[in-house]
Amino acid sequence: MSPLTLIFLIFALGMIGWFTARARAVRFRLASPGRFGSLPGHHAAYVALWTILPPLAFLLIWRFVSPALVTDAVLATPAASTLPPSGFERAAILSEARHLAHGRGTGAFHTLSTALAPAYAAAQSRYDVIAAAIALLLALGGGMLAFLRVAPALTARTRVERLVMGLLLAASLIAILTTLGIVASLLIESARFFAIVPIGDFLFGTHWSPQVIDPADPGAALGAVPLFWGTFFIGAVIAMLVAIPFGLMSAIYLTQYAHPATRRRVKPMLEILAGVPTIVYGYFAALTVAPAVRDLGATLGIASASSESALAAGLVMGIMIIPFVSSTADDSLAAVPAEMRDGSLALGATPSETIRRVLLPAALPGVAGGVLLAISRAIGETMIVVMAASGVASLTLNPFAPTTTVTKQIVDLLTGEAAFDSAKTLAAFALGLTLFVITLLFNVVALVIVKRYREAYE
Amino acid sequence: MTRDDTLPKMTARHVNVFYGANQAIADVSIDVRRDEVTAFIGPSGCGKSTFLRTLNRMNDTVAAARVEGEIRLDGADIYARDMDVVQLRARVGMVFQKPNPFPKSIYENVAYGPRIHGLAKGKADLDRIVEEALSRAGLWSEIKDRLGTSGTALSGGQQQRLCIARAIAVEPEVILMDEPCSALDPIATARIEELIHELRGRYAIVIVTHNMQQAARVSQKTAFFHLGRLIEYADTSDIFTNPREERTKDYITGRYG
Repeated sequence: MSPLTLIFLIFALGMIGWFTARARAVRFRLASPGRFGSLPGHHAAYVALWTILPPLAFLLIWRFVSPALVTDAVLATPAASTLPPSGFERAAILSEARHLAHGRGTGAFHTLSTALAPAYAAAQSRYDVIAAAIALLLALGGGMLAFLRVAPALTARTRVERLVMGLLLAASLIAILTTLGIVASLLIESARFFAIVPIGDFLFGTHWSPQVIDPADPGAALGAVPLFWGTFFIGAVIAMLVAIPFGLMSAIYLTQYAHPATRRRVKPMLEILAGVPTIVYGYFAALTVAPAVRDLGATLGIASASSESALAAGLVMGIMIIPFVSSTADDSLAAVPAEMRDGSLALGATPSETIRRVLLPAALPGVAGGVLLAISRAIGETMIVVMAASGVASLTLNPFAPTTTVTKQIVDLLTGEAAFDSAKTLAAFALGLTLFVITLLFNVVALVIVKRYREAYE
Repeated sequence: MTRDDTLPKMTARHVNVFYGANQAIADVSIDVRRDEVTAFIGPSGCGKSTFLRTLNRMNDTVAAARVEGEIRLDGADIYARDMDVVQLRARVGMVFQKPNPFPKSIYENVAYGPRIHGLAKGKADLDRIVEEALSRAGLWSEIKDRLGTSGTALSGGQQQRLCIARAIAVEPEVILMDEPCSALDPIATARIEELIHELRGRYAIVIVTHNMQQAARVSQKTAFFHLGRLIEYADTSDIFTNPREERTKDYITGRYG
């Protein structure tokens, strides 16, 4: 039985449960004229949910458990006794056999996998039947039990409510659990990397050239300091030099000077900018800004001016972040009570004096929190630097020189043809983990600041 | 221009205020005398606060507001094209309904106005101005040891006196008070009323109040507003004992409002 048929059957049983429970509830409502806590629809939903949810939950768990069960069954067959003891080759053979058993893949690389394929197919279909049977039994059992409880006194309404709450809770946990899973996989791969390369070499080494790794001392070529510097230089220095002044000034104009009609029109426009795909900014950076910056550098007499400069990537990234800074600054300025502004104006201060001396200081924590969030976005930004920044790592203060970032290097490391368990590929995960930890810290600090500031005015 | 102290400090003639299409104030004419406290009373929404805010052009900050008619300060039209709003507001200070100290230290709150207008000739002079303003607002003895603490950490009544000190520090000629006690408890209210008595004579004071007893206690002149119109304007003692208008009588006897 295919999984689709099975799910269709489960839902069909749910429908049957719905209609029978509804009919039963309608009957006992007609039989006695009193008030009922639950409407027929609630009884129907109660039975339907009890029919559908248990088998679905079972199938979900089964998806994670069954591969191991099937593999165990295959390993128990006589053909499996000739498998290599453990490690990469054994896993490859088993994986190939599984593909053959499912009808995917045409020829076998290992002869042994061809021999194991029938055993795989047999075990798989045996467990599929068992799973389908258990699922249908759960559907029937759950539905029957629920149906038997349908009675005037059953508080179906509150029970359905509780089930719905459980569903919503599960939905909200999915994003969190997925993130935890991602972190776990990052941690595992990074651990493998740090087994090869000493963590000190990686975090504090100043030489980065993953193309040429000496197998005897892989840490010597994998010092990530130039990447951290490049990321910081582009995302936190150059981009912020653009984004903070322009974002702040646009927020000040929009909250303090603009006519309400202008504000209504300009603010959504700025927010649309935040939705422009970053690859578009990447094109702009690589095709328009980078050559212009290189020419500017050449005009200024800077011999090292490159078309993959930190300046080009940083400028465009700053422009990309402007709406972000502007919108958080706008919120913080708008959150300063109007009485502050009136109090200052009533003392004879001009609007710009009021902004500089009263509103900005009052909004500063919120603005600072927004800037930290913006930095964490900028240093995690990938597309612009992939297109406009250099692949060459260098520790330089010269904004016209080629510079690379963590995200750019992750992309470069993973798009090579290196073996998956080489130091070069694994370095990408260590970089990813470092980036994750840094942006997480930025976000936590920013949110704490913003939250504390909100409390001050509420 | 020589100033004649017998002339009113501020005069308003045929003032209309519109918020978009709505008329909030209709044909109000009134004199504010320099040595008196003038109270504006009337039910909610009668326009008394709106009218108060025309006296230092705070309505300018509301984009939809439009003011017609003539308001003069010492004979000069404050809505004239060449009137400097910044100077006007320095001369006509304002205290708001809700105490609104800046989130700065007590000292900085009071020093704010003098700094902006360049009134102090150095640090010692500024210290003197701050001390004098706080003393006149009756706050100096309570907070002289903690000038560095935040103005927002004071009690509501102290915050309001800090706001009065802040206004005084700019050496205004008129002080407008928009229901200055409505957010305060009775004891703090009594302190503010005492303070108004002390400030009278030095500044022309206009106070909007919801509380008729307060108007009777602190003011010499009372103006009764209703539905955007000035119904009656007379000596406070006359208004409360012998109102000429039926509507004034109904209001002060508590028949509506």
